Amino acid sequence: MTSFWSLWIIVLTTITIVGITWVLFGNRKREDKQTEQTTGHVADGIEEYDNPLPAWWFYMFVLTIVWGIGYLIIYPGMGNYPGLIGWTQIGQYDEEVAAADEKYRAMRDRYLALPVEEIAKDPAVRKMGMRMFANNCSQCHGGDARGSYGFPNLADNDWLYGGTPADIKHSIIAGRQAAMPAWGSVIGEKGVADATAYILSINGREADAGQVEAGEKVFQTYCVACHGANAEGNPAMGAPNLKNGIWLYGGSEEQIGHTLRAGRNGVMPAFGDSLSEDKIHIIAAYVYGLSQ
Amino acid sequence: MSELNSALEHPTYNYKVVRQFAVMTVVWGIVGMLVGVLIAAQLAWPALNFDLPWLHFGRLRPLHTNAVIFAFGGSALFATSYYIVQRTCQARLISDKLAAFTFWGWQAVIVSAAITLPLGMNTSKEYAELEWPIDILITVVWVVYAVVFFGTIAKRKTSHIYVANWFLGAYILAVAVLHIINSMEIPVDMTKSYSVYAGTVDAMVQWWYGHNAVGFFLTAGFLGMMYYFVPKQADRPVYSYRLSIVHFWALVAVYIWAGPHHLHYTALPNWAQSLGMVMSIILLAPSWGGMINGMMTLSGAWDKLRTDPILRFLVVSLSFYGMSTFEGPMMSIRTVNALSHYTDWTIGHVHSGALGWVAMISIGAIYHLIPILFAKPRMYSTSLINTHFWMATIGTVLYIVSMWVNGILQGLMWRAYNQDGTLTYSFVEAVAASYPGYVVRFLGGAIFFSGMLVMAYNVYMTSRRDVESQALPATANAV
Repeated sequence: MTSFWSLWIIVLTTITIVGITWVLFGNRKREDKQTEQTTGHVADGIEEYDNPLPAWWFYMFVLTIVWGIGYLIIYPGMGNYPGLIGWTQIGQYDEEVAAADEKYRAMRDRYLALPVEEIAKDPAVRKMGMRMFANNCSQCHGGDARGSYGFPNLADNDWLYGGTPADIKHSIIAGRQAAMPAWGSVIGEKGVADATAYILSINGREADAGQVEAGEKVFQTYCVACHGANAEGNPAMGAPNLKNGIWLYGGSEEQIGHTLRAGRNGVMPAFGDSLSEDKIHIIAAYVYGLSQ
Repeated sequence: MSELNSALEHPTYNYKVVRQFAVMTVVWGIVGMLVGVLIAAQLAWPALNFDLPWLHFGRLRPLHTNAVIFAFGGSALFATSYYIVQRTCQARLISDKLAAFTFWGWQAVIVSAAITLPLGMNTSKEYAELEWPIDILITVVWVVYAVVFFGTIAKRKTSHIYVANWFLGAYILAVAVLHIINSMEIPVDMTKSYSVYAGTVDAMVQWWYGHNAVGFFLTAGFLGMMYYFVPKQADRPVYSYRLSIVHFWALVAVYIWAGPHHLHYTALPNWAQSLGMVMSIILLAPSWGGMINGMMTLSGAWDKLRTDPILRFLVVSLSFYGMSTFEGPMMSIRTVNALSHYTDWTIGHVHSGALGWVAMISIGAIYHLIPILFAKPRMYSTSLINTHFWMATIGTVLYIVSMWVNGILQGLMWRAYNQDGTLTYSFVEAVAASYPGYVVRFLGGAIFFSGMLVMAYNVYMTSRRDVESQALPATANAV
């Protein structure tokens, strides 16, 4: 803030506080007794007594003004003046975080030094991980980590991007961007219906034989690049296995058709900036442990 | 109809516009509170949004706040300010046509709000959600309102300007400035605009507006109402003229600073947060000045409370006013705010002001006005006013107590942590724990709303020329 604006704030604040103090003292009446004397004004029959300010109210007012001035001396408030104790909210935050780090560092460092597979068996770690998961992950993946429509189940040992501790940590730190393209304009409605029939068939579900045959051709032309020739997916790019009966966006004929036609865009946000390394390590251990 | 109008026409004053606004106060009170009860129910039972976008909480919540503040509260302020300024200046409004314009203009604003908000047209500024064409209409109506009000003051036949008019004048001026500055926006099309302010400045302007909507619309305006109807209904002189002077000037000078306390621990610079907090603490005494002046006006007339339920409304509203203006400064303290902010405590605080103070004093004032405006000796049923009084009081108490409990519960659950440094609760656990409070709040709101239906019946019966007001109860105890 420039010194002009700093001065502006200081002057306006001072004028306001001095002004109300002046009005307060200027209207104080010497004698402190209640009176039957009115001001002589009459408004639609309403008169006004000329009573003094109630003493307790007067002193309460003075007290809040004195307190306010004291606060503005001790804390920042008067423009660029930083206050006697140099308090800032970011300073308070840093102090509190440093205090917490001090308190918990030894424990975290101990866990961080151990591999995820090992601490995943430790009940204390699982409990910590569960609480961190509840506050950071459950909004999408659910309190029980079993996911919901569009958000993967993390407890079923089926992994879009791989289920090793390193894969899980990478998903948490850097996030994931899934992109199933919309094929509707490429393969047409018939292509969508045929490919859907083929996908149903490889899951052992009923489908028209002619459509399945046509759908296999569509699949082998457009889908193999990501989902693989045998439709078992590719964890390197998050392409799901299409024959294990696990459906992120629903497995009905209609829903599969919609996925083919309009595409899907799943996003796992990156937590590397908002969660510290040790916390991610513990959450990863919790998630890893869910399906072990 | 013309016969009715001429029978009700006051020889000196324009009562027609007062009557119109007074009746609409009751109508919009019912509408606004019904929406409030619905969204309160949605928080306890979310299925009640019926999966319809225009019944969604996010769209109905601004409709509720706009309807109760600007439609219900606004109509009450228009009615009482037009009445008070005429009676205390002994002068008719300067122009019946301009006054009529403010009535129809204000109703047009309300109807536009009731249509556009459920459709999702929203500037996203709290208490200033209406889009730019409606903002312009508000500005025009408000300027005409100011012309009528101050024009009438200018041609007053009394030498002194009565204290109620200071507060009403301050409210009209401040709201004009607040509305125009906060609503500066760049239109994209007819139904969408963007604020000219960005980032933290936008937040600060918004809360400078937002808190002074409370300070000038919901406090100064209603203090103006209080300064007329309390001494009038109690038939006693105002306690202290000196106190009026001090608390008026202190209130208007300090309130305008208090907005930043809505932005503690945000990107707002530390100095602005501190100033907002300091001024909020200093605001305690000026706020209480109004309560003391109203309460002490009753000294020597306390017995009237036993027989006069209208006076009960007025006095209890002052109690809630005193309570919420104590609570407000406390909540503005940084460390208290760290607990209370973003919790239901804030909602409870707002409603102790909105239901306890604003609605109750308006209801009291309207009960005072309706018989005068319909040329009746008194309201159709005094015992129904008493019934309404108890419904309003019980409803308000249930509402604010449940929100205190919820707010403190949420604040404590959010910050609770375990010995291993992890948070004890997830957000959704605090939501689940709030459920009983949401049910009690819904009940409180429903009771308060039902009281408004009782009022509507009583007002309707009073307005009917073929119905006599019921005899007053024989003994005071029967009330």
